[in-house]
Formats: sequence, C-alpha cells, structure tokens
Amino acid sequence: MNCIVDSDIGSSSSSGDAAVALTRKPRRPKYSKFTQQELPACKPILNPQWVISVFTLIGIVFVPIGVASLLASNGVVEIVDQYETACVPRNMTNDKVAYIQNADIDKTCTRLIKVPRDMHQPIYVYYQLDNFYQNHRRYVKSRNDAQLRNSKEANETRYCDPERTTEDGSPIVPCGLIAWSFFNDTYRFTRGDQKLTVNKKGISWKSDRDHKFGKNVYPKNFQNGTLIGGGKLNADIPLNEQEDLIVWMRIAALPIFRKLYGKIELDLKENDTILVTLKNNYNTYIFNGKKKLVLSTTSWLGGKNDFLGLAYLTVGGLCFFLAVAFTLVYMIKSRKLGDPSDLSWNRDSSGADYELFRDFTSSIDS
Amino acid sequence: MGPRGKRRRDRLRWSKLYTFSCFSPSVLLDPEASHSLGGPGFSRIVYCNQPRLHRKKPLKYPTNYISTTKYNIISFLPKAIFEQFRRVANLYFLLAAILSLTPVAPFNPLSMIAPLAFVVGLSMVKEALEDWRRFMQDMKVNSRKVGIHKGEGVFGYKHWQKIRVGDVVKVEKDQFFPADLLLLSSSYEDGICYVETMNLDGETNLKVKRSLEVTLPLDEDEAFKDFRATIRCEDPNPTLYTFVGNFEYEQQVYALDPNQILLRDSKLRNTSYVYGIVIFTGHDSKVMQNATESPSKRSRIEKKMDKIIYILFTVLLLISFISSIGFAVKTKFEMPDWWYLQPKNTTYLYDPSRSGISGIFHLVTALILYGYLIPISLYVSIELVKVLQAMFINHDLHMYDEDTGNPAQARTSNLNEELGQVHTILSDKTGTLTCNQMDFLKCSIAGVSYGVGSSEVEIAAAKQMAAEATGKNSDTHDLWESNGGDVRSSEIELGDGITCTVEKAQMPTIKGFNFEDDRLMQGNWRKEPSAATIQLFFRILAVCHTAIPELNEETGGFNYEAESPDEGSFLVAAREFGFEFCKRTQSSVFIRERYSSSEKPLEREFKILNLLEFNSQRKRMSVIVRDESGHILLLCKGADSIIFDRLSKNGRRHEAETTKHLNEYGEAGLRTLTLAYRVLEESEYSTWNTEFLKVKTTIGPDRESQLERVSDLIERDMILVGATAVEDKLQKGVQQCIDKLAQAGLKIWVLTGDKMETAINIGYACSLLRQGMKQICLSTLKSDLMAEEAKRAAKENLLLQITNNSQMIKLEKDPHAAFALIIDGKTLANALEEDMKNQFLSLAVDCASVICCRVSPKQKALVTRLVKEGTGKTTLAIGDGANDVGMIQEADIGVGISGVEGMQAVMASDFSISQFRFLERLLVVHGHWCYKRIAQMICYFFYKNIAFGLTIFYFEAFTGFSGQSVYDDWYMLLFNVVLTSLPVISLGVFEQDVSSEVCLQFPALYQQGPKNLFFDWYRILGWMGNGLYSSLIIFFLNVIIFCNQSFRGGGQTADMAAVGTTMFTCIIWAVNMQIALTMSHFTWIQHVFVWGSIITWYLFLVAYGMSSPSISGNNYQILLEALGPAPLYWAVTLLVTAACNIPYLAHISFQRACNPLDHHVIQEIKYYKKDVEDCIMWKRERSKARQETKIGFTARVDSKIRQLRGKLQRKVLSLSIQTVT
Repeated sequence: MNCIVDSDIGSSSSSGDAAVALTRKPRRPKYSKFTQQELPACKPILNPQWVISVFTLIGIVFVPIGVASLLASNGVVEIVDQYETACVPRNMTNDKVAYIQNADIDKTCTRLIKVPRDMHQPIYVYYQLDNFYQNHRRYVKSRNDAQLRNSKEANETRYCDPERTTEDGSPIVPCGLIAWSFFNDTYRFTRGDQKLTVNKKGISWKSDRDHKFGKNVYPKNFQNGTLIGGGKLNADIPLNEQEDLIVWMRIAALPIFRKLYGKIELDLKENDTILVTLKNNYNTYIFNGKKKLVLSTTSWLGGKNDFLGLAYLTVGGLCFFLAVAFTLVYMIKSRKLGDPSDLSWNRDSSGADYELFRDFTSSIDS
Repeated sequence: MGPRGKRRRDRLRWSKLYTFSCFSPSVLLDPEASHSLGGPGFSRIVYCNQPRLHRKKPLKYPTNYISTTKYNIISFLPKAIFEQFRRVANLYFLLAAILSLTPVAPFNPLSMIAPLAFVVGLSMVKEALEDWRRFMQDMKVNSRKVGIHKGEGVFGYKHWQKIRVGDVVKVEKDQFFPADLLLLSSSYEDGICYVETMNLDGETNLKVKRSLEVTLPLDEDEAFKDFRATIRCEDPNPTLYTFVGNFEYEQQVYALDPNQILLRDSKLRNTSYVYGIVIFTGHDSKVMQNATESPSKRSRIEKKMDKIIYILFTVLLLISFISSIGFAVKTKFEMPDWWYLQPKNTTYLYDPSRSGISGIFHLVTALILYGYLIPISLYVSIELVKVLQAMFINHDLHMYDEDTGNPAQARTSNLNEELGQVHTILSDKTGTLTCNQMDFLKCSIAGVSYGVGSSEVEIAAAKQMAAEATGKNSDTHDLWESNGGDVRSSEIELGDGITCTVEKAQMPTIKGFNFEDDRLMQGNWRKEPSAATIQLFFRILAVCHTAIPELNEETGGFNYEAESPDEGSFLVAAREFGFEFCKRTQSSVFIRERYSSSEKPLEREFKILNLLEFNSQRKRMSVIVRDESGHILLLCKGADSIIFDRLSKNGRRHEAETTKHLNEYGEAGLRTLTLAYRVLEESEYSTWNTEFLKVKTTIGPDRESQLERVSDLIERDMILVGATAVEDKLQKGVQQCIDKLAQAGLKIWVLTGDKMETAINIGYACSLLRQGMKQICLSTLKSDLMAEEAKRAAKENLLLQITNNSQMIKLEKDPHAAFALIIDGKTLANALEEDMKNQFLSLAVDCASVICCRVSPKQKALVTRLVKEGTGKTTLAIGDGANDVGMIQEADIGVGISGVEGMQAVMASDFSISQFRFLERLLVVHGHWCYKRIAQMICYFFYKNIAFGLTIFYFEAFTGFSGQSVYDDWYMLLFNVVLTSLPVISLGVFEQDVSSEVCLQFPALYQQGPKNLFFDWYRILGWMGNGLYSSLIIFFLNVIIFCNQSFRGGGQTADMAAVGTTMFTCIIWAVNMQIALTMSHFTWIQHVFVWGSIITWYLFLVAYGMSSPSISGNNYQILLEALGPAPLYWAVTLLVTAACNIPYLAHISFQRACNPLDHHVIQEIKYYKKDVEDCIMWKRERSKARQETKIGFTARVDSKIRQLRGKLQRKVLSLSIQTVT
C-alpha cells in the first residue's frame, strides 16, 4: 500500500496518478554484492595473540639481520687517509689556495699507509670529498646527456650554462659544470718496491658505459677556456672509456661523498706499509673541503656500515620489548576481547542506572 | 462530475451554501483607503488580454521561463573555473603551475600542470553534469502545456515558458497554475474554485478562491474575444498571503485581494476549469520569489580540512622562508668559494653578490618544491570517493521503494560525510511523516468506547513492551518461556526497521476506515442500550460537513471530495455504518440509511438551513438542518475544549467518560473531534436567523467578527453525543525510524504549516510527545491590529513566557522529566526576531521535542538557520513540498521526499529518498560509514603528504638550500596521482568499521559522528605527528646508511639517483603499510590496491629503467643493475618500513587493549562469533546501545514502565508483607 499515491482524496486524480506511477519505469537498482557493499571481506582485528606474535616475529627477524650486518661490517677493513693539509708544503700552509693555484709547483705528494688487518682483494680505492656540493641545483642541472651519448649531438649544449661553448662559440664536449669540475687527483701505490696496479676498468656502471656515454663521442674544446676547472680529458679516448669521468658525472647525494677510483686486485697483509704517490691537483682549499683517500674491502652488504646492524638490533630489541610490554598490559588489564562490558553504554553511569532499573523490574516480574 | 455537455445544466450552486458570496456585495474601490498604487512598490500595470503590449518596454516583464541552473553555456567556463580556483589549494597550484614555466621551477613544468589540469578538469565535468540535470528538470517544467487565449475567442495549448503577462489562460482540473493568475471565472456559476496549495505551504486542505462578481460572465472561450481590462498592482514580492491591486474594467475600478489570486505551483482541484489573467510570470511569481538562491554547501569536515590546509600552508611558508634564508646565507657567504659552480658567472638565481634577490627568487622555488605538503590530489580523490559513495547510496536496495519505483538519490555528493554528523533533524509533517490519509479508528458514543482496533502507536508500544520484557528476563525467563518465542520473532522484524508488522497485521480494506467492533457493525448498534444516540451520532457524521459525493462508476458506491481528509474519513465511516451520504443539492443533504444488510436503504432528506463554517479560531463547525419530521437540529462537531464549554446542563451526562476516552485516544496518537447537537425551537431559530442574515449582508471590516458573535449565540446549550478518533496515517515505518534516530542521539523538530491540534496529534503518533511530558505552548495574545504597541506587548509577553519556562526547566529535578515546546507561526515570527531568538533557542534546545505549527516556508528556513547558527551543530531538513524548499536549502543537509507530488523539494535537496523511514539507513549506515571513511581518508592524506614532503625539505637542507630534489620528477608526479592514490580511495570507498546490520542494531555508534571522534584536532595532529616521524625516519635512516660507503659488494657508492630511489621505495612501503594498518575491512579490492601499489612501483621502476636513457636519465637501469642486486637496498626498505609503522601499531594495539571504542568491541564480538553463541548478550547489548532519549516509543515505554514501577513497588511490598505474615 503506497501512502503517497493514495493521499489524494479525489479518486479520479489518484487513480490517474497511480497509473502514472505504475507506467513509470521502475528504477530498481540491480543487485550485486559490490553495489550493496556486501563483498566478502576479511576483517582482521588486533587481538593479543596477534600483537604479541607480530612484535615477537619482527624481533626474531630483525635481530639476526642486525647481527649478520654487524658481522659483515666488522669483516670490512677500511683505511682512511686524509691528505689535503699534509700534502701542502710547510711553507705554504698559510696560503693553501695560492699553492694549489700555482701551476708551477709540483703537486706530487707521498703518503705512507699501514694496513691494520689482512685485506682480501679486490681492494677498492676511493677518494672522498667533504663540503663539496655536487648536489647543488645549479650544478646538478649543468650537463647534457644527449651530447654525451651521441657524437652527432655535440652542439646540444642546453642546460650546460655556464660551460656551454668556448669563446668562439664552438660547443664544449662534455659541457657543463659537472664535467668542467672533473676531479683530477691521481694515486699510485707501491708496497716496498712492488707496484700495486690500480685497475680502473669496471668502476662505473655497465649501463652507463654502454648506453649513456657514447662510443664515438670524444672530448672537444674541453678545459680550453680561460677558466680552467678540474681535470683534463684525453681527447683521443671516447667518453665511454673514460670511467673516471663517468663516475664523477654520477652526482653524489650529499656534500660528503666517496667515489670509486679503482681496484687493487691484490691481497694486502696486516702491517704492510704502502706508499701512496699522489698528485694533489684538485682545489678544495678554497672552500675548506677535505680530501681523503680510502682503501676498503667490501662484504656482501658493501662497505663498512655499523649503523645498519645497530639500527636493526635497536628495532628488533624494541619489538621484543613491546612484545613483553604488551604481554604485561594484557595480563594486567586482562580485557576479554569482545566483552560487552567494555561498550561505552555499559561503562558510563547512566548505563549502570539502566541495568539497576532492569534488575529491579525483573524482580517485580518474578 | 458528469460529462462535459451535461455539466452546465446541472451545475450545483452548492458552493453558495457555505460561502457567503451570494450575499457579499461587490466592493467598489474606495479611493481613500487604497494603497498608493502606482507609487514605489506598486507600479505594475497589466493590460489584460493584450500580451503584445508587454513585449516592449516599459511594460516588458520577464517571460514565464524559469531557470534554476547555476551556469549557462557561455558562463560555464569562466564561472566554473572561478569556482574551482576559489579553493585556496587549487589557486596555489595554479600559481605554482604558472611559475613552473619560469626558470625558478625546481622541476619540469609538466609535472606541475598535468595533475592540476586533471584535478580541475574532473571537478568541472562533475559540475557540468550536475547542472545539466537541473537544466533538464527546468525544461520539463517549462514545456508543460496550458490552454491560452490565442485571439478571437479561440484557445489553444502553449508551453508554460511561452506565457506572457496579460495572457488569458484556461486551467483545467488537477492542473498546476503556470503563473500567478487573477481568477476571472470558473466552472462554478459563482466563480469559486478550489485550490490545493500543498506545494506552497504544505497544507492539504483545499482553499476556496473567489472571482470578482463583474468577471463572472467571462466563463466561455468566446467571451474573451473583446475582453479588455487593466490591472494595477504591487510589484513582485515573496509574501504568499497578501496581494494589493485594483482591476479596471468597463470604466469601473474594483479592489483585488488575495482571494482572487491563483498562485503558481498550486493546483486546481474539484473545479473543472478556471479562466485567469497572468499577472506575474516566471521568476516574478510569488513561489519563485520565495525561492532563495540554492547555496552551495560544504560539509563540516571539508571546512575543517580547509583549516588544516591553512596550517599546512603556514608550515609550507615557514619552511620556504627557512629554506630561502638558508639559501641567501649560503649563497652570500659560502658560494663565492664554490668555484665549481662558477659563482662569478651566474644568473640572478644564484648570484652571491645579490644574494637577497636570489633568496627572494628562491622563495618561489621553495614554495613550488614543498607543494607536496599540500595534497593536490586530495580534492580530486575526495570528489571521486564521494561520487562512488553517492553511487552506493543510489544503488542501495534497502532504500529503494518498490511502490513508487524510486531509489534513494544523492543529488549532490559533497555532503555524504555530513550525514554522519547530524545533530538536529527538522522535519516537515504532511507528506513526510504522514501520508495525509485519515482512518476512522474509534469512537465514543454516549460514554461507551467502541472500536477494538489499535492504533499503530498502541500496537508498537505493546510489542516493544513484550520485547523489553523478554530482553530483561533473559536470565530467568521461565515466566516468559511460553510466549518468548513469538515475541522474539516480532522483535526481529521490528529490529530490521524495514518491515512494519503493523502494516502486515491489519491492512484496512476500505480507505479511511479501520474500525473494528461488532457492536456497531452490520446494524448491530440497534441492540446497544443507547441506540438512539448512536443513530444521531452517525447522522451527525453524515450530515455535518461540506463535502460533495461523487459516484464511482465501477463500484456503484460514492467517493467524497472533502475539504480535509478527516471529513472524508467521517463520511466513509458513516457509509460503512449504514448512513450513506449520497446527494447534495443547494439546500439539502440526502442520506441513504440502511439499518441492517438485509433491509433496503431508506433515503432521507435533511434540509440545510444554515452552515456555520469551520475556522481555526472557532475550532468547530455546525449545520442547522430540518429533518423529515420537521424538527430543527443544530449538529456540531469541534475540538473537545470548545464543545465542552458549550454543553447544556443536561447535555453533560457522558462528559466524564467521554473525557476519559478522549484522553486515551489522544495518548494513542489519534485525532479527536467531539460531536454534539441541539434541538432548536422554531421560534428561537427564526429570531436567530433574522439576525444572522442581517449580519451576513452587512459590509464592513467587522463583518467576520459579527458573524462569529452571532454563530456563537446559537452554538450553545448543546447535548454531548460522543467523540471520534481518527488516525492520521503515518507513513510506513516512521515510528520505528524516529525511535531509532532518537536512540542514535538525534533531536527531531517538526515544522509544519498545519494546525496546532493536528501537529500535536502527530507528535503523539510519532512518540515525539507523550503523556506526562510537560508541554510548553508559546502563544501570542490574539490581536488583529498589529500596531507597534500591541506588537511590543506581545513580544514582552513572549519573553516572559520563555524566561519562565527556561527557569522551570532549570529547576526541574527529575532526570526523566521531558519537555516539549509547541509554538505557532505568529509567535514564532516574534521569537525569531533578533533580540529574542537566542532565548528562544536555548529554551528549545532544552526541550526533548519541538513542534512549530502554522509556519510559513520562510519561517521554516529561518528556524533552520537559527538552529544551524545558534547551536553550531549540523542540521538536516527533510520535506516533500515546495514549502520546504527554503529549509531544505538553508539546512546543512536537505533531504527531499520524492513522492508523487511536485519535484521542487527534491530539486532543491541534497539527497532524495522516497520514504521518511529510509532516513534511518541514510544516516545511521551511510552517514556513519561516509563520515568515518572521509575522516580517515583525509587524515591519511595529510600523513602521507607530510611524510613525503618533509623528506624533500630535509634533503634540500643538505644541498645548500639550492632547491634540488632527491627524487626524479617522475616519481614526484606519480606519487600523488598513481602510487598512493588508489589505496586511499579504496579506504574512502570500501572501509566499513562494522557492517550495516550492526550500524542499525547499535544506533549509539552513530554518535561517533556528531561527537566528531575521528576528525578532532587531537587525531589530526596525531596523524601529522605520525607523518613528521615517518619523514624523519625515512630520510635519516637512508642518508646515514647510504652515506659514503659503498652500498654493494661491487664497491660502487650510491649516487643521488640510487639514494632517491631507495628513499622513495621506503616511502611507498611505509605509507602503504600504514594504510593497510588503518583499514579494518579488506575485500579483494583493497588487497589489489594496497599491494598492487607497491608492485606497481617496482614495475614502474623496471619499466622506467628500461626506457631510453634520454627519458630515464640517471635512473637508467637503476633497479635491475644497481639496486636490485644490492642486499642493502632491501634491508633498508625492511628496516624503514618497520620503523615507520611500529609506533602506530603499538598505539592502536594499546588503544584497543586499554581504551577500546565501541566499534572495536563490536568488531571483536563479531570476530569471535560471540553474537551467534550468546544471542542473549547480543540482544541485550542491542537494546542498550542507544543514547538516552526522551522521545521515540522506547522512551515512551520506559516512562510507562516507570509509572507502573511505582504502583508495583507498593504491591510487591504488600505481597512480601503478606508472605511474611
């Protein structure tokens, strides 16, 4: 019985309206579990067993990972040698910038490094720069990948400001500030009289060599201007073989960064003394940047990295702690799950009132 | 009515019977008294039948075309775009997109413009679709057809929109008036017609309109051939009940009053046709003038969201300033040393010598860069989610009405979550709560109550009581075992809230008649002791009315066209008792009396000598008749209070019993009228009649009051016959719905245009009122002249009433005491004035239920505004007629009932449902869900964007504040649009804390919305804090772990691309795990979206790495070659994901363990299937899960139980004493 249709008192009109209602196409929604919001669903709830076992499980997984990472990190031998001050001649320590900018002074410098523990090959050689903003936006943008990839696009020097062209307008390859400030310290290693060759092949990503730096792209007009930045490039070697440049062009994320210089494919013994002959060409003095030489082995996790292991142990330990804490909470609070007395209407006073009242009425009934 | 040709001959002049038109002289205009027509506000001139004159200025008036659309084709683009960019966030993104075309931009312009275009485009498409629907609706109205005078006395049909001022139109029976018309003549000889103004004021009783006497001859098509006249009248205005103007016809000037005006959207009833002149068209018409501009509504949550966005903007500005100051300092003091940047060879962006300017430019860069703090996709995601939620509302089969074929409809989708926060419901009565159908249910004759049928209220109350009894005796239910079973089943039916057992149990076979009592039926009444009184009772029912009978061709019976549905039900009842009213002539009423089914009916004639009309002041109507034996009788029916005052000494024999019965009926929610009669002596009558006739023919302002006085003289010394009880049929399930809504903690106000008595009755029927509730009636002293003085006095009096009552409520000690406020329109007009409305509101808020009667549409809107602004809570207005449009638009949420009558309410509404009872599901299920969904969704959105956006800031600090981002442009573009949007959308669309059944069973859960538990500042800031924490963890763990050392066995160190990609992987994992922890309801869709997002990220990374290096740049082969083989990459992901989510997991575990919310407990009960195992507990909790309420029948039953308690207590005591002794 539909009230609305029948609400008309005049019968003729109501029958007319009813007819309209009947002839009107019923717009009955189609039934589906989706539209009725009745899709089968799993509704997990955080019951004590779950909470405790999740935290325990995380702990069980994380602590071994932490231990393994610490072990791996401990197995790594790392030698760091900071040399930017030591390599400045005594008489010029007050004006390091003048020293580095003076092309006439020989920049060769020798350092002695003692190997603290046995190092197994390959031993990676890194240089580390501090306070060098490779990630500065002006710096990051100043390159042109197209030009590096394809010799035909040598003229493509967009974004390379301010190192786009020489003064006569011919394009610089590779253009841009990144390439222009190319790091150019070099290292040679000898152990006693044995020369330790540094293998500089394979220090960059293969994909970079194959696809990002062209086989037939040769440096052109590079470092020919009035302002000389960093290192020069051998114009006869195609870019994809200039791995130092490829590594340099992979800009670092932070102002302190290490870059791979090469690999020494020889084992070093504990207490070996290594003589490093380096050319201290790169100017970090002007911005007080440190320079470090790093020799390091790697584990399956990479270099020396205690933090990861400690972080894992901390999180794992925290989870164990939480698991215990929650066990205590559940024991002390001992709330039965799904206990209706926890419902708000059973907790406030008015609910209790109601309960009393009901008890009372039931007592009357009986 | 008979066939057309015959009609003219036997046209009844019955209308003269009770209109005084036959005596009322045509009033010539008194120039002194007239308003200053032609002056300001009264300048309109209408040349009748000369619409051509109105095509040119200065008499050019708007056409009858109406438009309710927001845009047109030309204005759409500018206006819609303007609307879009009124949102601060969009404006910000627009500026950012424009600036991204300049060199200051930290990333490429496409990644700024594309999401913005997508977001704005989508919103605009939605706007366009919505407006299109409105346009189609307007077109439907505009192209309705009506007969119009085309010239030379010929009428033809034309579209409504073509009608012009001055046209003569012919409106036929049951058609709507196309514009505001001046009534010229009707199918009745005396120029009256009946109008239903349901759409204007919601009143369903018919109103009589009367034409001027001079225009009566214009009752044929041909008569309009040379018809010319001029109307001078007021300008368009919104007052429905006034009209000032004069009519110049044949060199005479006649005054016009509202009696001659037929308003647009009202309907011609009981009259074959009328002729009228169009005075106001289209938007000038009174109903359209009443329409307020449809406001664009925004939900509370969205408004709060704006505040959060402002907070984020502040944070954004703050970190941008930090960044730009940092940049300026670095550039000025350090950059000159950074030779590798060629500081001497820079542009203005990085110039150390002009670091201030560079810093300012950098500010712009930073503002764009940190834009990720502001979730651009938030608006579009919310919009999409809301459209899908609206789709669910539209498709809900539980809100589909089989009878009308109307599903529920969310007409604007941007208020879904507001449904979950409603605090006060303002409801219309007629057509919303009731279906405006009256059933004769009971009567009391000569002190004996007849009628065993129960009203819906009684049945439901009885059921409820039985159910309560089983519920509370669950532990020791041996007493109830015998009937426990069937009660339970009935309770379940009630619990569904959809099936209405009452309807099933007793479907009245005859419309308007639901009377069951063998003592009176089939002529058995003659065996009753007071048969003579009973006969008189039936005769009063059959004679004392103003209806006309209409022969029903099919059944041979009669239908009655009555002014009000009560009257109709009386006639139906009389017919069923054997007193069939069959004919009405000018002076007589004919009744076919049949004393038993075997006898032949006997036709009796009652000569109507006088008819004393009903009006709301008199509250009674009487007829004076001469029966066949020549006796003169006065038959009267009216409100009990009035009748009891007018009884003679010997007429009070049954007064005590009748009063008792009346109280019972009233309590049962029935409408009562008392019947009485008086035998008049011939001489007495003729003396009175002479005076009556004299008064009737006088002219003057006090004619009405004189008539009243004279009527009063005869209507006294009556003898009480009995009382009737008519049930104003509530719509299906209204009671259950109101009960549930009350239990959900909602307040319900009824605003009706109807009489106070009717409204109070309905209040009882819906359990908004009950016996024992203290009724506070605010009223105004009656004064016709609303002079300043009188008005001030009235206001002072009202203020006094309000303060007294407030005081009374404050002093009330009994916690169960309930108050009801009843106020009528006139008083409301005073109460709503600026200086009094706050006192009025605070009184109203203290009352359990509020009923406003006789309110105009404007007042409905004003009350709504008062509640909305005064209490600051969310209001919902529900109604079905055009008179509800104002309040529907004014309320925070407007709900329209899509019945058969006009569509105005639905058109103005935000949601439309076809029955009031669907409101429960709309609010308690959909509202609750939508509120929680949107609230959680927004919180999560802010969380994820803070977590992501801040990492950009931290990184920037490490790049010398140069505005470099660690992430690839593509990652940033995809973050909001693809990688994190679908899971949060699935949260917004599919999340269910508890199932719909539980929502309905535990109405108390609804309060989580109005209390705003899920979107309070505590929670919002908590989520923001979570975002901050996550950003710190993500950034610093990554940076420290990836700092310096090689990250894999091959010795390579991580470059910016590797660090960025790892960090981004961590973010994707962390935020997706976070949303998985937030969800409590996983369908396959959520699984696909959450885990799919993570998988998509890896797939994207692989695909991106494999694309040409000219696209992927430094990310070429990043996953497959560099990161994938490195265990460190995976180890960091695991560590960061865990570290980000452990605090949240611990928090929610702790909250559930120590401070569970209601839905947590219910989830657990459901999870352990305790509801199945322990149904007694489940049922008990269900009955307790409600807000304390003083309305609804549960409250009513409780109060009844409380009443009994006192009595029983004494009994129990005495019993125990007995047992002891």
